[in-house]
This record gives sequence, structure tokens and C-alpha cells, in this order.
Amino acid sequence: MTEDKDEKGKIADFYLKEIDRLVTRPIRLMEVCGTHTVAIFRAGIRQLLPEKVDLVSGPGCPVCVTPDDYMDQAIAYAERDDVILTTFGDMLKVPGSKSSLGEARAKGADIRIVYSPLESIDIAKENPTKKIIFLAVGFETTAPTAAATVLEAQKEGLTNFFVLSAHKLVPPALRALLADPQVHVDGFILPGHVCVVTGEEPFGFLPLEYHMPAVICGFEPLDILRTVYRLACQIQGECPAVENEYGRVVKAEGNPTARQLVETVYEPADADWRGIGLIESSGLKVRKEYQSFDAAVAMPIAIEKAARQTACRCGEVLRGIVKPTQCHLFGKACVPEHPVGACMVSVEGSCAAWFKYGSGRYSYGRG
Amino acid sequence: MQEKGVVRMCLAVPAKIIEKKDQMAVVDLSGVQRNVSTMLLPEAQVGDFVLVHAGFAMQIVDEEEAERTNEALRELNIID
Amino acid sequence: MDGDRVTMDHGSGGKLSQELVSKIMLPAFGNPLLNELHDGARVDTAGGKVAFTTDSYVVKPLFFAGGNIGKLAVCGTVNDLAMTGAIPRYLSVGMILEEGFLFSDLRKIVESMRKAADEANVMIVTGDTKVVDKGAADGIYINTAGIGDVIPGTNISPRRVKPGYDVILSGYIGDHATTIMAGRHELVLPESIQSDCAPLNAMVEAMLKAVPDIAVLRDPTRGGVAATLNEIAEQSSTGILLEEEVLPIRPEVQAVCEILGFDPLYLANEGKLLAFVDPTHTEQLIAVMQQFSYGKHACVIGKVNDQAPGQVALRTSIGGIRIVDMPLGLQVPRIC
Repeated sequence: MTEDKDEKGKIADFYLKEIDRLVTRPIRLMEVCGTHTVAIFRAGIRQLLPEKVDLVSGPGCPVCVTPDDYMDQAIAYAERDDVILTTFGDMLKVPGSKSSLGEARAKGADIRIVYSPLESIDIAKENPTKKIIFLAVGFETTAPTAAATVLEAQKEGLTNFFVLSAHKLVPPALRALLADPQVHVDGFILPGHVCVVTGEEPFGFLPLEYHMPAVICGFEPLDILRTVYRLACQIQGECPAVENEYGRVVKAEGNPTARQLVETVYEPADADWRGIGLIESSGLKVRKEYQSFDAAVAMPIAIEKAARQTACRCGEVLRGIVKPTQCHLFGKACVPEHPVGACMVSVEGSCAAWFKYGSGRYSYGRG
Repeated sequence: MQEKGVVRMCLAVPAKIIEKKDQMAVVDLSGVQRNVSTMLLPEAQVGDFVLVHAGFAMQIVDEEEAERTNEALRELNIID
Repeated sequence: MDGDRVTMDHGSGGKLSQELVSKIMLPAFGNPLLNELHDGARVDTAGGKVAFTTDSYVVKPLFFAGGNIGKLAVCGTVNDLAMTGAIPRYLSVGMILEEGFLFSDLRKIVESMRKAADEANVMIVTGDTKVVDKGAADGIYINTAGIGDVIPGTNISPRRVKPGYDVILSGYIGDHATTIMAGRHELVLPESIQSDCAPLNAMVEAMLKAVPDIAVLRDPTRGGVAATLNEIAEQSSTGILLEEEVLPIRPEVQAVCEILGFDPLYLANEGKLLAFVDPTHTEQLIAVMQQFSYGKHACVIGKVNDQAPGQVALRTSIGGIRIVDMPLGLQVPRIC
């Protein structure tokens, strides 16, 4: 993208003027993905947009939508002496029904943060007497990396590497949202990196079946402004479509190799989304042929199913029905130092982002 | 991005492939180098810019696309 | 604080560290001098006003590009004294060594400490050494304490910060933390990136001589520029607005941050300082700083305002504004 600062400012001004011109009634756009929520705040976009454009967060934070019982399972595995758990860093503070991985680590559990699931392979080779379990969490962007790791482990003949899958898929979640009478959205800001893998086709149902505008969006400030501008165009012109505004890396057909690897190792399964509930075929589980790498099958662990009741409105936040500031726990009983819901725990959680980036807490502009 | 500084899963950045061997490549971003897997992008070659996520090359970056967006803006006289 | 035990986040220099101090240390030790919670205390002695500070060093790895735990231990304490407006004079060194630690490594460390002390013109005048069982000290832990002469005519205090004041940063941020982090995540850095660990007292002395009126000097270590500015904003009840486009960040550091998901404003520095000054003095102060190798890239990164007291914000490249808040816990563990 353009490097010149004044040029960026001019382009931003152009998009903002156009958005103001095109939008003639209040509209609500959903930024599906948690990384977009953070990017929007970091660019300071909310104050720049006119009041009539409302941006709400969606369920695209894989950490936020991971249910309690998955975390309880992960903690139970981690507490075993013969297990080394490998995980992305964001998972450390996610609450289970009683504890968290961070707390388990403070008490001595061997939990290692990795940048890539492939690091688990090296750890597995270096620790042949231990069982290495990778917490396979994430959407379509990350699932191929976990699948590739399983295939690599198979190639190397490893018998002490496992994944605990909680992968989720975005299109089924969007369908569930659109079927929810409480959800009112005029257009979708689609997750750019998910689309790198999936391509445009899985999101075609949005304009085709729901007459819903959708634009595939990148993560730079100008990408986001351009996306909002294009959504405004689609809404004003009543011509919903799936438009790709992240052509630098999103190809219409996505990445077929990545999808192939996922299909080899995983198959769709119903999945439980924290705050939303069970969504059909919205998750991935390891296929029978690879079950020797599936922690849930190879080393099943029984945990008590504890339903944690809280007054938190994470579920409604995740569906874009309310903003975090509308949950009465926000900023009071629920703050990053002592979070109640997953939305406040995860770095990309809607509530954490709203809290950290000060929505309503500062006087420089509107929240 | 947070106080967190926890190594985050959802990030993807563009980097240039400077070496490739079997299914691994070395990428360079502003002088910082790392090994990445090309299992998901076997067609990537040395010299390509690729999007890197969780230690894997995910897609080849199309520099011309960015230029096309700028062209459109130039035609509207938004930028020079 | 939740829980009944210390976690790594309590050592981060952020909100949880503050809670540890306010909920456990202050109730036990509190007194008017301690309660100021400056990096160094200015105390009256029979001989006059003296600055006094202490710091412990547990960085991992012990050796890194641009320095080691010993160099950090000397520079860190020298800098804390300088930031209180004092000329550092004498240091004590306490070492806890792990059984089995190599003499060759110990020699390298003390040699670095000697070199750093020489550059800073301080004397190490007393010390202590203990040895603990294998497995108990990660090689070596070092504590240094230091005393210095408060420079007369200076009055460093956050309460003196006023709206309209300039916020000056002495150079590139994030170098130290990036150097430490890169090794842990299999990133290969170009040799241009090294820890910025350095003694800043000579530069500070020149700065205070030229502009005795400087309101605040502080070195952004754990928690980075963000933590330091948030502390000052709170202590001075003013707002601070930074300009994203002028922040001095090396492209390599930016790259590591993008790959790993860090924000350079939250990364530790070991050879940088922030200065708050009346804008009429800014040009002169920067000219003085640029004469030193540790201040070559000094620049104004923002301004103090009265719009949002206690808060730090940043104007982004497209003209939006985002909050830069106090870090909660750990960005990078065992950074200093």
C-alpha cells in the first residue's frame, strides 16, 4: 500500500467523504473477525466514520468462542505429568469452568507457547517419553497449518504427537447469525485471511440467499476504509455481492492445496460456540484414518461438565447484538485484570479491544 | 495490539522468500529472517513475496494488485 | 489481584506489578519517601541530598547481542539515578550464583560491568556473593544499588508537567526487547539489531546543565514507552497525545513486532529516555542530545494536553486516534 503519509491522509479523506455521501440512513456493519476489531481500533477508525455508520464485532475470535469444556479438557491434559501442551499464546488466559492454562502453568504444568504448530514436532522428537498435545484452535486460516503438522508427524513416524481440535468455520456461523431474529446487520466485513484459504465461493450465499452485502477486507487502515466505502456503495446501489478488496493475497479460488490438506485430515462436525450454542457442521474433527493423532480418541479424558453461569453478555456481544459497553459488567466486574467472559480475556475479544482502546473512556472523540 | 504481546495466532505478514529447500523456505521481512514451511504453497519460488502465518507460507502476494488500487485512485485525482 | 500466588505477570512492570506493590509492599513499608514510587529516592543525609536506587536483574538469556546481564545491571541502576536528576557515584553489586556456573561466563560478565562502570564514571565500592544449589538461580541473578549526588537547581517531578509541554524520546524503541525475543521464537535478526543497553548519565548531565528546568526524565524499561507515559500522565493528571508517524522504530523491529504480534510502544528499552519540557526549550534540548551517540535520533514524539487527563493516546497515520493504555501484564518475560 502507499507509503507516503500525506497520500494516506488524502486517500482516507476521500473514502470518508464518499462514505458520508453514500450513506443516507443509519447502517450497521459487522466486522466478523477479531483481528479486524483490533485493526479498526488501532487505526482509530471509529471516530473518523460518521455516526450513521455503526461497526459491531462478530464471532470471529476463535479464542472467544472456544467453550469451557474444551479449556477444561486442555487443563486436565496439561496437568498430567506425561504431557507437554503446546498452544498459541492467546489461549493462556482463557477461563475454563474453574481455572486457566496460565494458572495451571503457574502450578507446574508443562505448557509451551508456540508461534507455529510445527514447533510441536521438534518438541515431540526431543521428548520421546512425553505426549505432546497441540491445541488446534482457529478458523480456516489456521486449520491447514494444524493439518499440515499432523501429516508431517505421520511422515516422521511420530507416535507421541496429538492435536485437540476446536477448529471452527466462519460461513456456518454467519448463517446462524442471519437466522437469529435478534441480529440486525446491513453488511459484512469479511475476514481477509480466512478468505486467503477459502476463496470467495463459501461466502456467496450472503448476497445470493440473504441479499447481504459483503466485502473481503485486508488489515491496513486504508483497506478497512475502502471496504466500508465499498459496502456503502453496495447498500446504496442495492447491489449486494461478494467483493474482494484484498486482492493482494486473496485469490477468487483461495488456496486449494491448503483446503486439500484440511480435507485429508479433518471432516466437518457440529461444534459448540461459546455464547451462541451448537452450530451444525461448523467445526472440524479429526478423521478416523488419523485418529491416532487425535488426543480426544487416543487419550480420552473424562471431565465434569460444569456449566458456568455468569451475568455476562458475551453471547450477545459475539453476535453483534449489543456493544461491550452495554454489558453491565463491562469495565466494572469484568476488566482485563479479572475477566468474567471470554470476550474480555482474548487479545482480540471484542470486550478486551473495546476496553483497551478506550471506547468511551477518553475525550478525543466519540467512542 | 495489546499489552499482551502474547504470540498471537491470527497474524499474517508478507515476506520475501530468499532460500528454498524441499518443503522449507527462509523468508525475509525487513532483514528479519525465519524458516517457514511451504507445504501449503508448494509453487512458491525464491524471490516471491508470500503471506506468512503460523510458520507457513499461505499465498503469494500480488504486488500488482496494490498498484491497481492506486491507479484507480489516480484516475479520480485523489493522489498524484 | 486474583489468586493466591505470584504469576509472571506480576514481574512485568505493568498494572499487576503496581498492584503487587500497592497491596503487599506499601502496607508493610509505606512512608512518604517510598510512596512517591519513583525509580530512585532523593534522601537527605548529614552530607546533603543524595539519590538512592536499587534494581535486580534476571534477564534470560544471560548473553545477547549488545550486552549481557552484567552490563544491564550497571547501566540500569546508573540510568535510574540519572533520571532522578542526579550524578551517579557509587554502586553496590550483589550476586547470586548457581552452583556449576562457569568461571569463564562470570569473567565475561564482570568485565562488562567494569567497562560499563568506567564509561559511566561510577565506582563499584561494595558487594556480596552467594551460591545456591544447581537449578536455583538460572546461572546468575544480580542486584545493584546506587547512590548519586542530586544536581542542584533541578526539580524532576511529574507534578511539574503542564499542558503544552513536549515529549522527547532519545532514539529508536524496542531494540532491547526485540533482541531478547528473537532468539526465543527462531527469528534471525540482522546484526543491525542489538540491545540498546547503555549508560545515559553523561547525556543527562549535559541536558540538565543546558535546561535545568526539565520537568521529568524517565527511562522506558519494562512495559516500554506506553507504561512510562501512562505513569507520568497519571502522576501529573495530564493527557499525552503521540504522533504515530514520527515514532522512531527500526524497520527490523517493526517486522518482528508484526510477525509476533507485539506493539513497539510496549517493548522494553535499556538505553533510552523520555524527557518532558517546556516547548521553548525543546530545540536547545534536542541539539544537546544529538551530540551524544545515545541521543543521535532524539525527536519530539508528542505533546501534553489537558483534554484527557491521565490518558495516553496516539494519532494514527490516517488521522484517527487510539488509546495507548497501561499494559496489564507480560509482554516479554525475563526481559531485564
